Amino acid sequence: MRTFEFASHAEYWIALLPEVGLALAAIVILLADAFRSERGGRGVWVETVAVAGIVASAVSNAWLSGSTAPPDALLAVDGFRAVANVIILAATLLVILFARDYLTREALPAGEFHGLLLLCSVGMMLLVAARDLILLFVGLELMSIAAYILTGYARRDARSSEAGLKYFTVGAFASAFLLYGIALLYGVTGTTRLAVAGEAIAAGVAGGDPLLTAGIGMLLIGFGFKVAAVPFHMWTPDAYDGAPTPVTAYMATGVKAAAFVALLRVLTIDLADAVSIWHRAVWWLAILTMIVPNMIALAQESVKRMLAYSSVAHAGYVLVGVASASALGRSASLFYLAAYTVMTIGSFAVVFHVAGRGDARARIDDYLGLGWRRPWLGVAMLVFLLSLAGFPPTAGFVGKLYLLQAAVEAREMGLAVTLVLTSLVAYYYYLRVVWKMYFDQAPEGAVGPTRATAGFRVATAVCAILILLAGLFPGRALDGMRDALGPDWDVTAVAP
Amino acid sequence: MGLYESHWVLTLLIALPILGGLACLAVPESRAKTVALLTTVVEFGLSLPLFWTFDTAEAGFQNAVSIPWIEGWGISYTLGLDGISILMVLLTTFIMPLAVAGSFTYVKSRERAFYAMLLFLTTGMIGVFVALDLFLFYVFWEIMLIPMYFLIGIWGGERRIYSAVKFFLYTAAGSLLMLIAIVALAFLHRDATGATSFSYEDILTLEIAGRAQLWLFGGFALAFAIKVPMFPLHTWLPDAHVEAPTAGSVILAGVLLKMGVYGFLRFALPLFPVAATHPAVLGMFLVLGLVGILYGAWVAAVQPDAKKLVAYTSVAHLGFVVIGVFSLTTQGIEGGILQMVNHGVSTGALFLLIGMLYERRHSRRIADFGGIAKVMPFFAFALVVVALSSIGLPGTNGFVGEFLILVGTFRSHPWIAAIAATGVIFAACYMLPMVQRLLFNRLDREENRALVDLDRRERWILVPLLALILLIGVWPGPFLDRTRTSVDALLERVEARGGTLVEAPPAGRGALAGGGE
Repeated sequence: MRTFEFASHAEYWIALLPEVGLALAAIVILLADAFRSERGGRGVWVETVAVAGIVASAVSNAWLSGSTAPPDALLAVDGFRAVANVIILAATLLVILFARDYLTREALPAGEFHGLLLLCSVGMMLLVAARDLILLFVGLELMSIAAYILTGYARRDARSSEAGLKYFTVGAFASAFLLYGIALLYGVTGTTRLAVAGEAIAAGVAGGDPLLTAGIGMLLIGFGFKVAAVPFHMWTPDAYDGAPTPVTAYMATGVKAAAFVALLRVLTIDLADAVSIWHRAVWWLAILTMIVPNMIALAQESVKRMLAYSSVAHAGYVLVGVASASALGRSASLFYLAAYTVMTIGSFAVVFHVAGRGDARARIDDYLGLGWRRPWLGVAMLVFLLSLAGFPPTAGFVGKLYLLQAAVEAREMGLAVTLVLTSLVAYYYYLRVVWKMYFDQAPEGAVGPTRATAGFRVATAVCAILILLAGLFPGRALDGMRDALGPDWDVTAVAP
Repeated sequence: MGLYESHWVLTLLIALPILGGLACLAVPESRAKTVALLTTVVEFGLSLPLFWTFDTAEAGFQNAVSIPWIEGWGISYTLGLDGISILMVLLTTFIMPLAVAGSFTYVKSRERAFYAMLLFLTTGMIGVFVALDLFLFYVFWEIMLIPMYFLIGIWGGERRIYSAVKFFLYTAAGSLLMLIAIVALAFLHRDATGATSFSYEDILTLEIAGRAQLWLFGGFALAFAIKVPMFPLHTWLPDAHVEAPTAGSVILAGVLLKMGVYGFLRFALPLFPVAATHPAVLGMFLVLGLVGILYGAWVAAVQPDAKKLVAYTSVAHLGFVVIGVFSLTTQGIEGGILQMVNHGVSTGALFLLIGMLYERRHSRRIADFGGIAKVMPFFAFALVVVALSSIGLPGTNGFVGEFLILVGTFRSHPWIAAIAATGVIFAACYMLPMVQRLLFNRLDREENRALVDLDRRERWILVPLLALILLIGVWPGPFLDRTRTSVDALLERVEARGGTLVEAPPAGRGALAGGGE
C-alpha cells in the first residue's frame, strides 16, 4: 500500500516490478539458452525459469494492489491494471504448461519460444499500465513484434511462415494507424498524457475539431486490428490457423485481452467525454463482429479454424461491454475476458492434443467418437465448448450474463438482442463438435490421439474446474474483482 | 415429519438425482440400471409425503428456502412449492422410475451414461418447477437441455442427430430472448428500489408500465410457447419424440412439455398481467390453442407411424391446456393443470406401450400389426384403457381435465369452447382406428403370431399408470384441492392488476414508449 508520486526513478522501478520480474526471466532464458547445447534432452529448466518469472511478477502485482498513483502520471497503479495483469499472467502460465508437449512433438527450440513469450507478456503488461500514448505504443509494439515472431515460429511449416508474414504486414499497418491517431490526438490536445488529454477534451479545447474525430477514428482502426474486430479481422483466420497452436491460444487470449483492456481504458475513461464521437463506431464494430464471424464459423471443417472464427466473435461480445460505456460495461468486459481466456486456452489445448504431430488431425471428423475413447478429454472439451457457447453453469454463461446486464443497463437493446441471437448461431457449431464427439462412432482403424502427459492433464483439468467453479459460484470471483478494482470500477449492479 | 416442514426437502429432491447420476457413472456397466431405479424410487418416496403435508389453504410458497447465491447481483438460491408446482413435482418423480424401468431392455449400450443422463435430467426438471429466482429458474431451464440432447443424440433412432440439434436450437432460441427479459426485469427492480434482484417475489411487487409489459411478456411467452409447444412452433416435437429412446419420449411428453404451460402460469401471467389480459394477446393464444387442438388431431389421424401419431396427439392435448389457461377462469386453469398431469400419465403410458411393442417387432408402423390382442392380451387391455383416457372417456382422468377446461373456457369464451369440444371427437378419430388396427383386425402376419405378452416387469410399469388413470378419473377432488388456492390467488392478481390497466389506455404513444424497456 503506497502512494506513488514518481518523484524519483526508484519509484518507477517499484511501480514496474511485475514487468521487471518477467523481463528478467526472459533475458535469463534467452542468454542461458544461447550457451547450452540441446543434446541429451532439454530438461525443464526453461519452463522453471519462466514460471519463476511469472510467480515473481504475480507476487509483486499482488503486493502493488491497493497502491495508487496520480491519474496524470506515466504509469497507472490501480486495480484495473492489477486485474488485467492477472489475466495476462494466467494466460501466459497456461500456454507455457501446454506448450511443452507441443514443442517436444514438433521439435521446436524451447528457449527462444519462452523468451519471446515472456517478452510478449511484458509488452501486454506495459500496454495495460500505460497512461501515456507513447508508452502505450511502446508496449503495443513490444507485444506485437514478439507475437509476429511467435506466429511464424514453426519455420519449416509453410503455413506458419505465411501466417507470420501476414500478421506482420497487417499488424504493421495497424500500428501505423494507431501512431497517426496518437499524433492527431497530440495535435488537438497538446499532450500525450491520456488523463490530461481527457481533461482538455472535457474542457472543450477540441470541441467540434474534425482532427479529434480523425484521431479517435485512427485509434479505433488501430485497436480494431489488434483486437480483431470486423471489418479489421481479415488477418485472423489465417494467422490463427497457421500459427503453432499454443501461440494461437496465446494470441486469441492474452494479446486480445491486453489490447481490449487498453481500449477500455482509453475510450471509456480518458475519452469518456468524446463518447458521442466513438460510440456509434464501436456500436457497429460490436454488431458486425458478433454477426460475421459467427456465420463464417458455421461452415468450417477444421476445428482450429472454427475456434479461430469463434474467438473473433467473442471480441464482438466484449465490444458490447465497451459500447455500453459504463462502469458495469468495463467490469463486465474484464470478467468476460478472464473467463474467455481460460476457456479458449483450454479448447485450443485439446485441439492441438487431438491434432497430433504436424496438425495431422485438425478436421472436425477427427473428433468422431472422441468422447467415448477418451472420456476425460471429452468431458473437458465439453466443458470448454459449453462455456464458449455461453451455457450454464459455466464461466462463459456468467460472463455473457454480465455483458447482457451492461447492455440492458445502458438501454442498448439492439446489442443485447444481437448478442443472444448470435450466441444461438454459435450453439450450432459448438454443438456440432459435441455431436461428433459423442453421437458418432470413430471409423474403423482411426488413429486416436496419443496419451497425454501429466502436465497437459493437470492444466486441462485446472481450466475445466475453474470454468465450472466460476459458473457455479461466481460470487467469489466477482467480489474479488470488485475489491481489486475499487469504487470507480464497481463491478456490482447494486446502487449504493 | 420434520423433514416435510423444513426447507430442505426440495433441495434434497434436487440433489439426490445428481448424486445418483454420479453413482451411476462410477459403478460397473451392469449395475447402472439398478442404481438408477433405486435413486428414482427413493426420490419418489421422498416426494410423495408432500402431497399430504401440503397445506391446501395456503396460497403462498411452502417448504421455501432462500440462500444468497450471487449477492452482488441480487441472485439467490430460492425454492418453494405452491399449488401450481406441487402436482408437477410429483408427476416428475412419479414418471421417472417408470421411465428408468422402461429402459431396462431397450437400452443396451453405454448404460452408465444413459442412466446418469436420465438422473441429471430429473434434477433439471425438479429445479425448473421449484425455482423461485428467475436466474436460478433460467439455469435449470437451460441445463435440462444438455442431458436431453445427449439422450436423443446417442440413444435415439435413425435421424437422431438432426432431431437432437433441432430440439436444442428451437428451445434455446426461445430461452435466450427470455434471458434478456429476465435481466431487464432485474434492472426494472433496480430502477424502482435501488438494488437489482432476480427474486420472483421481489419482481412480483413491481409495477411495470404497459408497453414494457408487452415486450417482456413477449420474451417469456416465446420461450414458453416453443416448449409447450404451441402451433406453429411445434415442429421440433414430432422429430424429437419419434427419434428419442422410449424413456426420452416418456419424459418429453410426461414432464418437459409441461414446463411451457407451467412457465405461463408461474411467470408470464402473474408478472405481466396487463400484457396477458390484452385482448389481442389473449385472442392469439386462444386461437393458437384451438388450431393446435384441431391441427394436432388431423395430422395425427394420418400418421402411419404409431409413435409419431402419439407425438401429434401431444400438440392437440397441449392445445386444450393452453386454452384452459388463457380462459382465465378457475375451472379452466385448474383443468389445465390437471390435464397436464393426465397428459403426462396417458401419453407417457402410450409411449411406453409403443416402446414395448417396438422392442418385440422393431417396427412402429401401424400397418405391420393387426389382431395382436389375441397374442398379447395384457398389452391390449392396457392400450385400450390408456387410449380411452387419452380420448377423454368419462371415468378416466382425461375426461375430468378436458371437461373442466371446456367449462372454464365456456364461461369466458363460449365460441372457443364450442369449437374446442369438437377436438374430443377428433381425438376418437385418430385414437380408436389406431387401437383397432393394432389390436383387433385379423391376425394375418406370421411375425405377429409369435409375439409374447408383457412380462412381469413391463406389467408392473403399467399398473401404477393405469391405477392413476382411473383414480383421477373417479376421484379428482384431492388433486384439484391442491391447486385451487394458488389458482384463485393467481386469478385475483391478474384481474386486479390487469383489468384496470387495460381499461385506462395511457395518454399517447410517447408516454408508452417512455415506459418501454
